[in-house]
Amino acid sequence: MAKFEIENLNLWYGSHHALKHVSLSIEALKITALIGPSGCGKSTLLKTLNRMNDLVEGCRITGRVLLDGQDVYGGMDTSLLRRRVGMVFQKPNPFPMSVYDNVAFGPRTHGIRGKARLDDIVERSLRAAAIWDELKDCLKKDALRLSGGQQQRLCIARALAVEPEVLLMDEPTSALDPISTSRIEDLVVSLKQNYTIIIVTHNMQQAARISDRTAFFLLGELVEYGDTEKLFSLPRDKRTENYITGRFG
Amino acid sequence: MAERRSDRGGIAFGPAEGKNVSLKCFRESLAAGLFAAAACICVLAVVLICAFLLANGIPGMVRIGVFDFLTGTRWKPSNNLYGIMPMILGSLYVTAGALLVGVPAGILTALFMSRFASRRMLKFMKPAVSLLAGIPSVVFGFFGLVVIVPLIRELFGGNGSSLLAACVLLGMMILPTIITVSESALNAVPQSYYEGALALGATHERAVFRVVLPAAKSGVAASVILGIGRAIGEAMAVMMVAGNWPVIPDSLLKGVRTLTSNIVMEMGYAADLHREALIATAVVLFVFILSINLLFSILKRRAGL
Ligand SMILES: Nc1ncnc2c1ncn2[C@@H]1O[C@H](COP(=O)(O)OP(=O)(O)OP(=O)(O)O)[C@@H](O)[C@H]1O
Ligand SMILES: [Mg+2]
Repeated sequence: MAKFEIENLNLWYGSHHALKHVSLSIEALKITALIGPSGCGKSTLLKTLNRMNDLVEGCRITGRVLLDGQDVYGGMDTSLLRRRVGMVFQKPNPFPMSVYDNVAFGPRTHGIRGKARLDDIVERSLRAAAIWDELKDCLKKDALRLSGGQQQRLCIARALAVEPEVLLMDEPTSALDPISTSRIEDLVVSLKQNYTIIIVTHNMQQAARISDRTAFFLLGELVEYGDTEKLFSLPRDKRTENYITGRFG
Repeated sequence: MAERRSDRGGIAFGPAEGKNVSLKCFRESLAAGLFAAAACICVLAVVLICAFLLANGIPGMVRIGVFDFLTGTRWKPSNNLYGIMPMILGSLYVTAGALLVGVPAGILTALFMSRFASRRMLKFMKPAVSLLAGIPSVVFGFFGLVVIVPLIRELFGGNGSSLLAACVLLGMMILPTIITVSESALNAVPQSYYEGALALGATHERAVFRVVLPAAKSGVAASVILGIGRAIGEAMAVMMVAGNWPVIPDSLLKGVRTLTSNIVMEMGYAADLHREALIATAVVLFVFILSINLLFSILKRRAGL
């Protein structure tokens, strides 16, 4: 079943047409990878899904984005939307507070009080993000003192703590070393059981390794979308083939 | 042949350029010397003030008795009684009151300017705040005298010149300090914190109050410290509205005298021990200011401003 249904989406930053007639449907409980050269609109598409584009001045959108059949831009409460659609940013951005407060921020935002309940959520989220064992003894530690890889997993835990249905990840491993990267890849694959994941990546191998479906973008257009295996072994479009074989540009 | 000629050309060109270089060198070292001299004058001024204060203040303090001087509650120069406890407390009360008035208002204004105001609003608010910072303290004092003092007299009785009037007035005077320093601290908070909070479903208000403001806390604290410095060092405006009794006030409506106004009011005619007692008062004030500056620089380092 489709979690997100994107229909003829167009997006302009001022006069710059950043997304052109994009239509695709994102399947539930699958990992969808968005690939394409820099500036092709991957982050932009991701941000339309949780309406982070609302922050950008002069951003204009036409078309429809449906989450479980509901129009995201049709008067949906953004707070509620972002609770259902979590996001992990390219650059780890933990808040300058303790590990615990970072993870508890989301639940507290949505009205969860009571130490026992929060403790439980924090532990579960950190476990789900495969960082509990490293951090269980230093929950009071300032999150900014963690390593980059730990920070990113903490951010994933923070996103998971509000129990979203979808997780948007914008190049979550681009700032990390190979070991942290592979840990996060394993984590993403394991999260698939409970979450619909959309991940932007510049790393072809990563897309091929972890994703079920892949969408290839070029200059704001969706060039090709399909099962990852097929797209990488038998691309239908010449441009896709050029890109994934590194003969682009 | 051709090579040689060009060689000679090079040599001929050399000395002229060399002259230029040495002239430039000379100018640069002259400039550096001037700057160094300016810096020396600045440092010298501080050292001289320190030396003057200590040399003139400490002997008086010792003659009165350091303990009697600092903890004595009666200031009667005509009876040779020099206890500055009322003034120490007066300065602390007035400063604390000014903070109660100025800090919440200042921080909220800074938050508004940094995260809520439209660009059009900012266009009015920024100049307004800097104008407020530029108003001379006598003018503030005058405003206090003709507006705040009568208002307090009307509302609460008494003659109006009071601790309360001084607190309100000083609270207004420290606003620009608190607003500008807090605002720049708030503006320096990375946008990624704010976006991270929004992406978790937080509203704008929650993101600002629970993430951005705490992230700027060292800078905001530094603004408060600067405000304290401003409030404790203010003399003129306070003198005009505070009633200036050298007595520990037991109510907000009583008059109060601060360390600064004590000095300003009596320095004109004081002589001998009286004069030394006033300079010793300045030493105490100086110690306060010094500790505030120290605190400020520690906080500033921590805030990375
Ligand atoms: N806030 C903005 N204001 C104006 N233009 C923007 C803004 N954000 C992105 N753009 C433009 O929109 C286009 C798509 O940007 P986007 O960030 O989505 O690219 P991307 O595919 O994520 O690239 P990268 O792989 O480098 O992250 C780019 O041409 C970019 O210059
Ligand atoms: Mg991007």
